[in-house]
Amino acid sequence: MDRILLIGLNHKTAPIEIRECLAFTEDDTQTGLTTLRSDPAIDEAMIFSTCNRVEVLMTARQIPAAIDAAKRFLATTKQVPLHAFEPSLYLHQGQAAVRHLFSVAASLDSMVLGEPQILGQVKSAYRLATEQKSSGVILNRLLHRTFFVAKRIRTETGIGDHAVSISYAAIELGRKIFGQLNGKQVLMVGAGEMAELAVDHLVRHRTGRVFVANRTFERAVALAAKYEGTPLHFEEISNYLSKVDIIITSTGAPGYLIRQADVKGIMRHRRNRPLFFIDIAVPRDIDPLVNQVNNAYVYDIDDLQEVVDDNIEDRRREAVKAARIVDEAVVQFRRWLESQGVVPTIKALHAKLRGVAEAEVQKTLGQLAHLPPADQQAIARMSEAMVKKILHDPTQFLKGNGCHGDRAVYMDVARRLFKLDEQLDPTEIKDRT
Amino acid sequence: MQIAFVAALLIYMLSAAAYCAYLFLQRNTLQRLGEILLMAGFGAHTLAIGWAFAATGHVPANNLHETLSIVAWSIAGTYLLMGIRFRLKILGAYVAPLTVFILFVAIQFPRSTVQPDNLLQGVWLITHIVTIFMGYAAFILAAGVGVLYLLQERNIKAKTRGFFFKRLPSLDLLDTTGYACIVFGFTMITIGLITGMVYAKAVWGRFWTWDPKEVWSAVIWIFYAVLLHERLAVGWRGRRTAIMAIAGVGVLLFTFLGVNFLLKGHHGQFTQW
Repeated sequence: MDRILLIGLNHKTAPIEIRECLAFTEDDTQTGLTTLRSDPAIDEAMIFSTCNRVEVLMTARQIPAAIDAAKRFLATTKQVPLHAFEPSLYLHQGQAAVRHLFSVAASLDSMVLGEPQILGQVKSAYRLATEQKSSGVILNRLLHRTFFVAKRIRTETGIGDHAVSISYAAIELGRKIFGQLNGKQVLMVGAGEMAELAVDHLVRHRTGRVFVANRTFERAVALAAKYEGTPLHFEEISNYLSKVDIIITSTGAPGYLIRQADVKGIMRHRRNRPLFFIDIAVPRDIDPLVNQVNNAYVYDIDDLQEVVDDNIEDRRREAVKAARIVDEAVVQFRRWLESQGVVPTIKALHAKLRGVAEAEVQKTLGQLAHLPPADQQAIARMSEAMVKKILHDPTQFLKGNGCHGDRAVYMDVARRLFKLDEQLDPTEIKDRT
Repeated sequence: MQIAFVAALLIYMLSAAAYCAYLFLQRNTLQRLGEILLMAGFGAHTLAIGWAFAATGHVPANNLHETLSIVAWSIAGTYLLMGIRFRLKILGAYVAPLTVFILFVAIQFPRSTVQPDNLLQGVWLITHIVTIFMGYAAFILAAGVGVLYLLQERNIKAKTRGFFFKRLPSLDLLDTTGYACIVFGFTMITIGLITGMVYAKAVWGRFWTWDPKEVWSAVIWIFYAVLLHERLAVGWRGRRTAIMAIAGVGVLLFTFLGVNFLLKGHHGQFTQW
């Protein structure tokens, strides 16, 4: 277990200035993996780089040498002096490295807890490692385990549930009102980054036509073009209230743009179809009393922020559950790795062959009941001796006299050749395929 | 017959338990389990009722026990039927316990039947009974959906996002499901009233006798007709429809039980015990 090493830095330990210097592109990673693989101290290696982290995962026989090699590798390939980033580096070994990898892939270590992209990024990093043949028995198994754990956490905990950004929280609320957003018409009043982000999200949910109203008509035209929508004059807003379903306001107007009476008046016109106001302006554009009108719903920026805060809190609670799943998986992985050791493999090999021999002897002796006991014992002894003789050379080989290079490979071959891992639980067999 | 009935009750109870667990734990397998159990319970229940029908040759609705049992059966059946089109999983947490509750009330009353006057026979009558009960069941479901709608609307308006916010579906789905329940129920009781009148003509020689039961059934019909008309004409929806649907069940209960206990009239054998 101690042969597994993970060295790297992330958004918690290193500022963006350092992370951007060390970030690996896909090409960098490919050449980097070749460099790492050629280092005699390192057996297997994988490089994982996103905008928030750079990590090197490896297995090694000479641990201090491998650590040095990895540090030097980061410094030389990225041409950053080691002392500039060495204080930001963390080093995990054995169980800690496995736990860290599981947590990263399950998005427990992300800047936005539970964000879903990270698993895909780990997967493509692993794909590069397999393409460069820099991953071996242990990393293959470890990464498959990682994907399994990450998926399990995503389905069994609420780590990825519910929006953690203002614009996305608005979409989620919209879906609680309208069910499906497709075909719903959107009116955007004013402009601004957050309003545009919200409209982007809405359009991605296949909403219907987008209307854009702005005090400066040119601005409205420009924004409308972006969403292939219709620009409106500011005075037209009230005419369109009976037409649209979702209204996003973010103007700099000092007073309310839309008042309770305006909305009450048009509800009958729109046959009481629900109307959802997303008011991200400060000061507010929508009179909060509009929320009291039947089938009209108003959320201002504070309401949305509260939703987001609650959801983040929920994710934190779920992260505790996730951590338990990670711990469980670490223990399982350790058990697997221990079973891959020399002694357990040899023991399992002997047990298997002895079992086969004994069963056959019993079967044969059952038909030879007329033999005297002494003869029966002789046959049994013979079969035992055969097993021992047959296993002598393989045992010596596995004990290390004949193993060159990575011993894990030979262990793996031996276990597979004799099918020693048959009693694996079904989930583990599944993630091998 | 007794065995099938007891089995149905037990399976309904399991289904209710599964749905309640689903309400809290939000595991889809629990919902699936609840649904399958509800189907199984409904199957056993159908068997029990069919058995009684085969044995006596008339719809088993001759005392309060049997009538309530048929009410429960109609609610479970209508829910399963509506479930084909409207996937309102959470409603099962209302339907399954309600079914169990009604059956529990039913078994408080003796099963022994007074020999029925041979009124409860013939195609018109069977259609009358079945459609009326299904209509009632649909209205009861509509009221359940209405309660869910009000809960969810409160969550969204008051920005509380409590226990039910995550668990309940969108307002739109609740509203359309409630509407579908009312349309279905209205269609059923319309057929039920017409067949009832045809039967009355055949038995008593008159379509309409101003019996209290008839009058109150007409009140129900008008109540829901107004509700539907307002929706179609001026777009009544959401909160108002939900409240009306809940109020409708009050009128319904009075017609079903209140009239029998307080006002007398024909249909008396339904609720005798």
